[in-house]
Amino acid sequence: MTTRKSRFTRRNFIGATAAAAASFGVPTLLRAQAKTIKVGLVHPVTGFLAYSGGQCRFGAMAAIDEINAAGGIKSMGGAKLEALLGDNQAKPEVGVSVVEKMNEEGVSAYIGCFSSAVALPATQAAARYNTPFIIDVGASDNIVNRGLKNVFRLKPGFLSCVDDAIVGLGEINKAAGGPAKSAVLVHEESEFGTGTAKLLAGKLPSIGIEVKEVMKHANPTRDFSNVALRIRSLKPDLLIMSNYQNEYVLLARTLHQQKIDLAGMFSVLGGGFNYKFVKELPEVAQNMMDVNHWFDPTNPKAQAMKKRVEAKGNLFTFEVYLAYNAVKLLADAMERAGSADKEKVIAALNASTWSDHFMPYGPTKFVNGQNQGGKAVMLQASRNDIEVVWPSRFASAKPVFPKPKHA
Amino acid sequence: MDATILGAAAINGLLLGGSYALVAVGLTLIYGVLHIINFAHGSLLMLAMYGVYFLLTKANVDPYAALPLMVAAMFAGGYLLYRAVIGRFSHGKDENILLITLGLAIVLENIALFFFTGDTQTITVSYSYEMVALGPALVPLPKLVSFLASLVLCGALALFIARTDAGKAIRAVAKERHGARLVGIDVDKMLAVAYGIGIACLGAAACLLMPSFYVTPTVGHLFVIVAFTIVVLGGMGSFVGALLGALIIGLTESLAGLFLGEALGQIGIPLVFILILLFRPTGLFGAGK
Repeated sequence: MTTRKSRFTRRNFIGATAAAAASFGVPTLLRAQAKTIKVGLVHPVTGFLAYSGGQCRFGAMAAIDEINAAGGIKSMGGAKLEALLGDNQAKPEVGVSVVEKMNEEGVSAYIGCFSSAVALPATQAAARYNTPFIIDVGASDNIVNRGLKNVFRLKPGFLSCVDDAIVGLGEINKAAGGPAKSAVLVHEESEFGTGTAKLLAGKLPSIGIEVKEVMKHANPTRDFSNVALRIRSLKPDLLIMSNYQNEYVLLARTLHQQKIDLAGMFSVLGGGFNYKFVKELPEVAQNMMDVNHWFDPTNPKAQAMKKRVEAKGNLFTFEVYLAYNAVKLLADAMERAGSADKEKVIAALNASTWSDHFMPYGPTKFVNGQNQGGKAVMLQASRNDIEVVWPSRFASAKPVFPKPKHA
Repeated sequence: MDATILGAAAINGLLLGGSYALVAVGLTLIYGVLHIINFAHGSLLMLAMYGVYFLLTKANVDPYAALPLMVAAMFAGGYLLYRAVIGRFSHGKDENILLITLGLAIVLENIALFFFTGDTQTITVSYSYEMVALGPALVPLPKLVSFLASLVLCGALALFIARTDAGKAIRAVAKERHGARLVGIDVDKMLAVAYGIGIACLGAAACLLMPSFYVTPTVGHLFVIVAFTIVVLGGMGSFVGALLGALIIGLTESLAGLFLGEALGQIGIPLVFILILLFRPTGLFGAGK
């Protein structure tokens, strides 16, 4: 038996490597010099939702910088907010591990997660430590329906958006003399599209619109020519779409190509309805409608921020201002709590009547973590912009309904 | 079912098949000569589509005008890729090539995601919304152009392989590598040329697809799985088979979508695929063993 000469055995090496990896694995952060409050941002900045996640982070960072520049949390002696940046990669299990990691770092509250699928387990992980978690984007109603005391959502949930859509569509149709009497629904096959289509199909008859057909399509769908053919032969007044971005754009483009005349093309939380679509395909987008989250265009603060964001060459997408306002909501609660203590911040959020945001919501009022004033608005694409057309008190333009026929 | 709709759906299906043919024909060439399954095909198509996108948005080059440039660039890219990466690291083993092309696909997609983001990009050109009445169907001009171009391209490629010296050399390499080397053919060069030509087809496909489609870092997946189906269906290595296979698949997809709905209609392609292979195991034009 020979004695081992090497002191650096394989076992030692593995141990050392693991220790090194563990120390690198913890996010390296600027350690607090004075009193700072750590806010964990849990967004998908890589992976297939990277664009949206990046926009969320951008908005949240804008709010943190602004709060710090204005003197931090004053009731806590000007304590500054410090962002812990996390990447949930749009994967539920990664979201949970980011939450755990940030907890080790002494996080006071979380903002996230863009995706409902990540938000569901991530909020649950945060609930174990009773850490406040503010949902910036994430539409599933299950996020707030599970009785978790630490979860708060400023924006409306999915059901409430569908209800707003039905009321809005009914009012606009009535005001125009009721040109829409029938509709065809085209939706993608997953939970989002199927769920929306089912809810809408059940509620449309209540505003006098008959559902002629509900068509489901796969993700991805490469060609919508047949769907266009069917729509042409069914001759509905309205087309209601629930699809993700690629199929939304492809379907809209095909219908425009085929010159199919409809009184309106309409979606709820439409996957592809955004500034990019309107700017890149203005002819296709023109007069399309969507019920979605939007800032209050009549609020000067919103317009000022829109200018600041666009001056940086970025688009003022819903992710930016929802994440921005989520951070501001948290800061307001901490200001009133006078502390970053988790219990106290949660109590302050529950008692929140915050109205310094620029969303079309009114003062906040949380019931089971859901802001009751949260409203979706109806948007319509104009030639080069997106206008709010309903409800009228927030409207920046009148709806173009029914939409003019193709030349 | 209305006969007009049926006719229109059939025409749409054939046009759709035309665009599949562009992707499949390059894949079948690479398989026929190199006997490798090129998993990087979809990612290279994606790169070519981004190339077309940036040529229009940054340099204002029309996608159709960009065709010669894209074909040349993709040929050069494919040739170099084979010489520098695939050929070098495969050490002559097919299973290595499989892994290398798969690895390339993953690397390329993630590079694209990093630089171009996951956002959907589309282009609009003056003829994007031009329509042509073709019997019962209103057909978008870009789709008609891409259909006709894919017929021309497949024909030209078949002629090139059948008639030119380079084509003969490629066929010789495909049939019998050692024999080809003995008669003085630079086998490694011909393999790289064949790979380059297969990839050059993607350059043409990208120019023809972009006016009516979109590009994202994962757009290749949409086409490459269908293209693999077409290549096997048509008989691996056969151009006529690839073209005919593409038309059959396009027609199947369209008609199945019409009769079964766009969700359930997806079963049409695998169903036809299984049926054809059941009766012709080597594909429509495949050489029997």
